[in-house]
Amino acid sequence: MSAASTAEPAFVAKTKTGRITDFVDSRVGGSGILREFGRKVFPDHWSFMFGEVALYSFVILLLSGTFLTFFFDPSMAETHYDGGYVPLKGVEMSVAYSSSLNISFDIRGGLFMRQVHHWAALLFVASVAVHMLRVFFTGAFRRPREMNWVVGCVLLILAMAAGFTGYSLPDDLLSGNGLRIIDGVIKSIPVIGTYISFFLFGGEFPGTAIISRLYMLHILLVPALILLMIVMHLFMVVVHKHTQYPGPGRNDNNVVGYPLGPVYAAKAGGFFFIVFGVIALMAAFFTINPIWNYGPYDPSPVSAGTQPDWYIGFVDGALRLMPGNPYGWHVEQVWFGHVFTFNVLLPALVPAGILFTVMFTYPWIERWITKDDREHHVLDRPRNAPTRTAIGVAGFVWYSVMWAAAGSDLIATHFHVSLNDVTYWLRALFFIGPVIGFIVAKRVALALQRKDREIALHGRETGRIVRLPHGEFIEVHAPLDEYKRYKLVGFESPQVLPAVPNEHGVVTRKEKRRAFLSRWFFEDRVAPATPAELEAAHGHGHEAVEAAHGHGHEAVEAAEGSKSLTH
Amino acid sequence: MGNHSDGSPNHSGTVATAGQNEVERFQDPGIPPHRLRLADTDPKAAKRAERQVALLFGISVVGTLIFLVTYFAIDLGDDSSIATIRLQNALLGIGTAFAMLGIGTGIVHWAKALMPDHEVSEERHAIRYEEDRQAAVRIVDDIVEETGIKRRPLIRNTLLGAVALAPLPAIAIFGDLGPRPDDKLAHTMWAPQDGKRKRLTRDPDGTPIKASDVTIGSAFHVIPEGLNELQEGKLNEKAKAVVLLMRLDPASLNPSKGREEWGYNGIVAYSKICTHVGCPVALYEQQTHHLLCPCHQSTFDLTQECKVIFGPASRPLPQLPIAVDDEGYLVATSDFHEPVGPSYWERDSHERSVNS
Amino acid sequence: MKALSQKRRHPLAAIALLLMGLLITGGLYAVATSMNEAKASTTTASASDAEEGGKLFAANCATCHGMGASGSKDGPSLVGVGAAAVDFQVGTGRMPMQMNGPQAMKKPVQFNDEQTHQLAAYVASLGAGPAIPAEDLTNGGGDAAAGGELFRTNCAMCHNAAAAGGALTQGKFAPALADVSGKHIYEAMVTGPQNMPVFNDANITPEGKKDVITFLKQIETSGSPGGADLGSLGPVAEGLFVWVAGLGVIIAFTIWLTSRTS
Repeated sequence: MSAASTAEPAFVAKTKTGRITDFVDSRVGGSGILREFGRKVFPDHWSFMFGEVALYSFVILLLSGTFLTFFFDPSMAETHYDGGYVPLKGVEMSVAYSSSLNISFDIRGGLFMRQVHHWAALLFVASVAVHMLRVFFTGAFRRPREMNWVVGCVLLILAMAAGFTGYSLPDDLLSGNGLRIIDGVIKSIPVIGTYISFFLFGGEFPGTAIISRLYMLHILLVPALILLMIVMHLFMVVVHKHTQYPGPGRNDNNVVGYPLGPVYAAKAGGFFFIVFGVIALMAAFFTINPIWNYGPYDPSPVSAGTQPDWYIGFVDGALRLMPGNPYGWHVEQVWFGHVFTFNVLLPALVPAGILFTVMFTYPWIERWITKDDREHHVLDRPRNAPTRTAIGVAGFVWYSVMWAAAGSDLIATHFHVSLNDVTYWLRALFFIGPVIGFIVAKRVALALQRKDREIALHGRETGRIVRLPHGEFIEVHAPLDEYKRYKLVGFESPQVLPAVPNEHGVVTRKEKRRAFLSRWFFEDRVAPATPAELEAAHGHGHEAVEAAHGHGHEAVEAAEGSKSLTH
Repeated sequence: MGNHSDGSPNHSGTVATAGQNEVERFQDPGIPPHRLRLADTDPKAAKRAERQVALLFGISVVGTLIFLVTYFAIDLGDDSSIATIRLQNALLGIGTAFAMLGIGTGIVHWAKALMPDHEVSEERHAIRYEEDRQAAVRIVDDIVEETGIKRRPLIRNTLLGAVALAPLPAIAIFGDLGPRPDDKLAHTMWAPQDGKRKRLTRDPDGTPIKASDVTIGSAFHVIPEGLNELQEGKLNEKAKAVVLLMRLDPASLNPSKGREEWGYNGIVAYSKICTHVGCPVALYEQQTHHLLCPCHQSTFDLTQECKVIFGPASRPLPQLPIAVDDEGYLVATSDFHEPVGPSYWERDSHERSVNS
Repeated sequence: MKALSQKRRHPLAAIALLLMGLLITGGLYAVATSMNEAKASTTTASASDAEEGGKLFAANCATCHGMGASGSKDGPSLVGVGAAAVDFQVGTGRMPMQMNGPQAMKKPVQFNDEQTHQLAAYVASLGAGPAIPAEDLTNGGGDAAAGGELFRTNCAMCHNAAAAGGALTQGKFAPALADVSGKHIYEAMVTGPQNMPVFNDANITPEGKKDVITFLKQIETSGSPGGADLGSLGPVAEGLFVWVAGLGVIIAFTIWLTSRTS
């Protein structure tokens, strides 16, 4: 479609920028793209920015990472350190560790870049996680965005993989012990575990190959896959257009917000610099991964408080929580002459497996239960989907228990409690924590919905107390304007969908199960306020206030007339 | 669960009363009327905002200068102190932060205060149109038809077979990533070489240890004699062979049958590699005689031959049988009687072959 | 008195006087040199120190450790633990213990240097044990790199690679080593207080201990080159920081960014 515009010789751009644009456009045909994107509308909300934080962190990772590759040498050959850090002078270490130290101590700005890179990595995975929580709790994964949710889940896994492969590269004591734990977990895999371990490490642990292999994965394969997934992710965002929160003027057929040019582009572009600035501040003032403290990797020493970076923490925590010999029963079993290391396999694979399986399939699970196959572009406020919110909170609590377990020793030392007791409590919370989280979150969501109803019907509490002639004190409620009210009442409130017979007139067992889950999902609900209820409540509210002012008229009548509808 | 609709008692049962969705709903009032900003109405405020944006960009320039000055003014040499590096790191960071935040906040402030902030509504379009779908289906049908793949099952089936097999070489070619494990995990350097028993030596310097050096309450971190002289695979051997040597009151040790001679006067040596996932179990509590792994908190009781008393490990730590040679130095009488470290699939058969 | 004045003229009196004079000057010399050499051995503590220490012990410590420090069900025997153990336990305030717990806690010191010295002298007089180390072994000046290697092999698993402390079983813990004097670090190594293993001179030589102290003092005084060290607690502290502070600041910016200007 750009060809048509370039074919007109009469067109002369007014500004210099316009002329340059025209020059480029007439050669590559960008008019169509610009026409499509130039004024594309993006809704504005702070919780929509986490995806951008992730994207920008990734860009910063590419920039700082490229710098680091110029100085880092992934060789595990032995050398003796001869750099600027005195407490390691002359110590035997690998070239990889020595070059990491040189980056930190002998290259101007090297330490800064290392810290930028590592802080950006932690922020990258954290913002991906928060972004996914936002998408989950607002129901943004529903049709037509299920596939983009899956791409997002893949991106989370890739982000963790990128982080872990990078964490091990300096070949320091901390990450070396982390690798050793990975090796132990791999060896526990039935049948092929030993082979995978030998293939990964090029022989016995630690060998001399692992760092360069991880390096290749870290700087080439994983970032390439992340980039590919980001492209797919953003492409689908463009196709779907952004979701929006419910509110006046917003529905499933439109998107309300600011046009890309200039406001949104300026904000989003400016935000890149803000994210960069915040990461730079962290790198300026807060040490991260002080490899010089840990020393070179050596299989004999270990440091207290050996933990992985936060995103692997939940697996490490699960490993800690699993009892090896509960009540004297050995979890590790020898069957048919082969070892089944369940005390490692179960905690390493099961929680992560459950978490990722549910995460990947959740859009389809919910779609099956609710039979909701419509397109959704207006988000749910978390309170307006209480069961989904409760499921999300239960999952988050479960994750957090494992996460906390990864720091059980630090909890023990910092709160002066017994390490063993911390473990016992977390083992109990592993099972009951999600249940408590589910119940509490659901009750809170329902309570907030009732509060919304209350405000929609009776207005906002003003804090002004009025005394009525007969001595009663009441608080004056200020009515909401219709825009604010619509925000509180304009949401969908699906209901229980009973079992439906199929075409043969039979209610299948699967359908019964679905109906049961549907009841569980939607049984407790607070319906949005209706205009009739408002009218009734309005009268009710005014009755008191108007009476106080001594000129009640039709409001009183309205209240009388619809008393049965209100309380 | 009852009724959450409004709490009034005259509704009973679930709220899902008939035709809930048909209940009259609030009309969408549409996008709220646009509210003008100060800068839209007051030219002074607009001018002020303009100056603020310029100031923020100015701060960015200052930040860039701070970075450059720091980079060239503070040089790092072999003698530069930690304080110098810290100062340089902090100044480079401040410079970058100012440079970036100045631009970022400047642009955002510009957009917020001065660019038009009318909320607009854009129609969403269907993701696909029926017309397109039908055309696409027709095209695909035509393509499939033209290949004739449906009419020629021989071609289809052989192609499927070929494509299914083709990736196998891509997997097989990774076969040389590492050697076969064989029974490498079952043996360590401690096995006597040419009939000569290996001495227990100190980690990291490799000096031999006399039995009399090990006083009650001591803990020695031990490597086998000759480890430091290895030309190749030093860390691989060390990863299996490291041992913790402790001495306690002989009365508090309770050796099982066949292991009475594995210690010497209350001196015992146990593998330092955790049987859980392989961290060094190096924390020795000399009064409780517990060994604790700092990674996952598996706890082993030295007085019960390192039985697991807490945590995720399932097997006791392997014991290294030791004795004293003619010169009074501690030596290993044999290799471990089981593979050390984390469990693996073939571990049980390895243990049996080691002991046979 | 009369008897004494008579014996004064005894021929042996002159020899006795001479011997006494020699003993006094020798003793004074010994005391003087021990001032410079630091209290390197138990013999430097004079008999009167031990005597004073005995009184202090009876009044403050014997309840648990028994009369004559022979131990009771509430406290171990101190015969043979040496002056270093007393100097460490009393000098860091761990003893006298306030209450029974998983382990004796560091707290404000209860005795002054003089009294600590007397107590140490008393306990040292009961049986041979590690003496208080000489000053040149405890005030740094060794090889920090060698010390670092020894520290990582022998100490880091409990005390953390940056000496920030760590957890042990059942509420016990290995304390952080910042602000601990070189003397007390040395004494802890040779005596193995509480659950800490003993690192005798055959395990880590006095020179090695000096190197360890040098390493610890060096990392303590130089601080972290990267800025605030977040307690040197590793990835847990870093993760907590990025979630709370990092994301917190970012969220503050996003709220500002998406809010309407007035």
